[in-house]
Amino acid sequence: MDRSVNLLDLALGLDEPSPLRGKVVLIEDCVETSGSFVLHQMMKRVLSPHSSDSLIFLAFARPFSHYDRVLRKLGCNLSTQKTNNRLVFVDMLMMKCSDNESGVAKLFREIQGTVGKLRSVTNSNITVMVDDMSLLEIAATNSNSDHVLDFLHYCHTLTSESNCSLVTLNHEDIYSSMERPAYLLQMVCLADIVIKAEPLASGLANDVHGQLTVVNKGMISSKSGKGSSRNKLQNFQFRIKENGIEYFYPGCSRN
Amino acid sequence: MADSIFRKLRDGGEEGELAPALTIEETVVSPFALDVSCYLLANLSSSILAGKSKGLVLVTFSRSPSFYLQFLKQRGIVVSSSSKWIRVLDCYTDPLGWIDQPSTGVTEGPSLVKLNKCVSDLKRLFSSVIDAGREMVGDGKTRFSVAIDSVNELLRHSSMPLVSGLLTDLRSHAQVSSLFWSLNTDLHQEKVTNALEYISTMKANLEPFCPSPDGKRNALENLFLAHQDFGKGRFHVRFKLRKGRVRVMSEEYHVDQTGINLSPISSAESVIAATKSLIPKVHFNLQLSEKERVEKEKVVLPFEHQDHGKSTEIYDGRRTLADGKTEATPLSSGELQADVVSSGKGGEIIYFRDSDDEHPDSDEDPDDDLDI
Repeated sequence: MDRSVNLLDLALGLDEPSPLRGKVVLIEDCVETSGSFVLHQMMKRVLSPHSSDSLIFLAFARPFSHYDRVLRKLGCNLSTQKTNNRLVFVDMLMMKCSDNESGVAKLFREIQGTVGKLRSVTNSNITVMVDDMSLLEIAATNSNSDHVLDFLHYCHTLTSESNCSLVTLNHEDIYSSMERPAYLLQMVCLADIVIKAEPLASGLANDVHGQLTVVNKGMISSKSGKGSSRNKLQNFQFRIKENGIEYFYPGCSRN
Repeated sequence: MADSIFRKLRDGGEEGELAPALTIEETVVSPFALDVSCYLLANLSSSILAGKSKGLVLVTFSRSPSFYLQFLKQRGIVVSSSSKWIRVLDCYTDPLGWIDQPSTGVTEGPSLVKLNKCVSDLKRLFSSVIDAGREMVGDGKTRFSVAIDSVNELLRHSSMPLVSGLLTDLRSHAQVSSLFWSLNTDLHQEKVTNALEYISTMKANLEPFCPSPDGKRNALENLFLAHQDFGKGRFHVRFKLRKGRVRVMSEEYHVDQTGINLSPISSAESVIAATKSLIPKVHFNLQLSEKERVEKEKVVLPFEHQDHGKSTEIYDGRRTLADGKTEATPLSSGELQADVVSSGKGGEIIYFRDSDDEHPDSDEDPDDDLDI
């Protein structure tokens, strides 16, 4: 069951070996439709018993217990993964980060150090997840978006230097003023894959909870061999169930 | 057409003139400036190795130096630490000096890749570029090209006038033969784009088949509306000639794993492609097949001008006095219909209004008979 591939997996290219290695994934959501479930799904994939990948999770939004509870329902025990050193959970709610550039610089150095330690014991993929960027902006940079972008840039260097993956969640609709679109666009430009969670155009529904649009930009391949899908855009709908997510195309019957 | 750009960059400017400079503009919907830069990088490198050009300084902001070296290796151009035709200034790995390394700011000594830990110091950056170039070609008259993979990061850390000054200084330097950089126009104000265009002699921009409406606020929405045309579009190049004339050339581009592919414009296909992209993506057919289109064109609409040499008369349901004279037998509909049927010309609608006896501009009030 864990090896089954759904539409989101296909859109992300997860049917190929190590498709997210060295890539940046941006999840955008809004008030009407939370994109947290995408983050949880990706956490589950990374910590799957069929892989040996590692995860560094920067939690600005919720405590460990919340994620532990959610992932348990998806069949993943975060406590066990922490013990096995496959999960490094950084609880930013408890940590105090100074609100200037040195704060985010220090945070990055800690992440870089953790990546270095993990890299010394495993050659598998290391994923850095941030939940979420808007809270990082408040907690670590005192709403200085330039510092956030600097932090993202340095995390991007991890994807190329250490072959890590970077997954971030951001709320699109809190930057509605004319001065902030460039900030959102900077993040979109940095990302190789953008996943947008939004409600249906027709509004709320009992059996369809929203739609996902996945833009897989990829980039020119500097590595020989098979390349992952590039310049693909896919749209499908989803339904959040108690212990999983169903994905389906509009108008199609769900399995 | 892309070869025209490459030749101008390879040949450089004439003595006494500022170096030719190219701006490659991309947008959120067409983020392929990196592909264009890599295309030019590969061609310039090949020409240097073929002896047609002398040296190249690559300043990296958006990708690591290893990315470009790996890319060149994949194209059959091997770069080693002993290569004397290329130098890489690394402004990507540690642009703000966050990483603790025993360094004074720029790596000293001749080496293929030099780390720059302070990108906001543009004077130092300029000196580093010139020093790197002189390491390859010496202090004489031999020139080298400069490639900056992206000025977006530069513009984040420095003001527009300073960045503009840096690029102008590079163009003005006697040993710089040509210069190119890329810019994402959605990330900056229009004045920034315009300022960079003023100091360029060539401007290349990537336009998707689905052009976005005005306003950067729609850039994100348009990215998600790009549908099947994401990765395709038009590549426009604007050359500023010395006498003041401007020459514009266009090609179509298609991006895949290997990079950008350019081809001449196929106008019919592009119109059809643009039209198709406007149709929403649903799982039922909204378009006509070729056979259906042909059958549709054969249908004669009932009130369509048939162009039989007769003047068009549109019957509005009322007969004028003139019509009463010309149409001899309007009431003998049966006979008329028989004529129509026997002539085999097809169907005809014959309509007789109930109020045909009334004159159109009668002074009588039709409500006169109401007993109010």
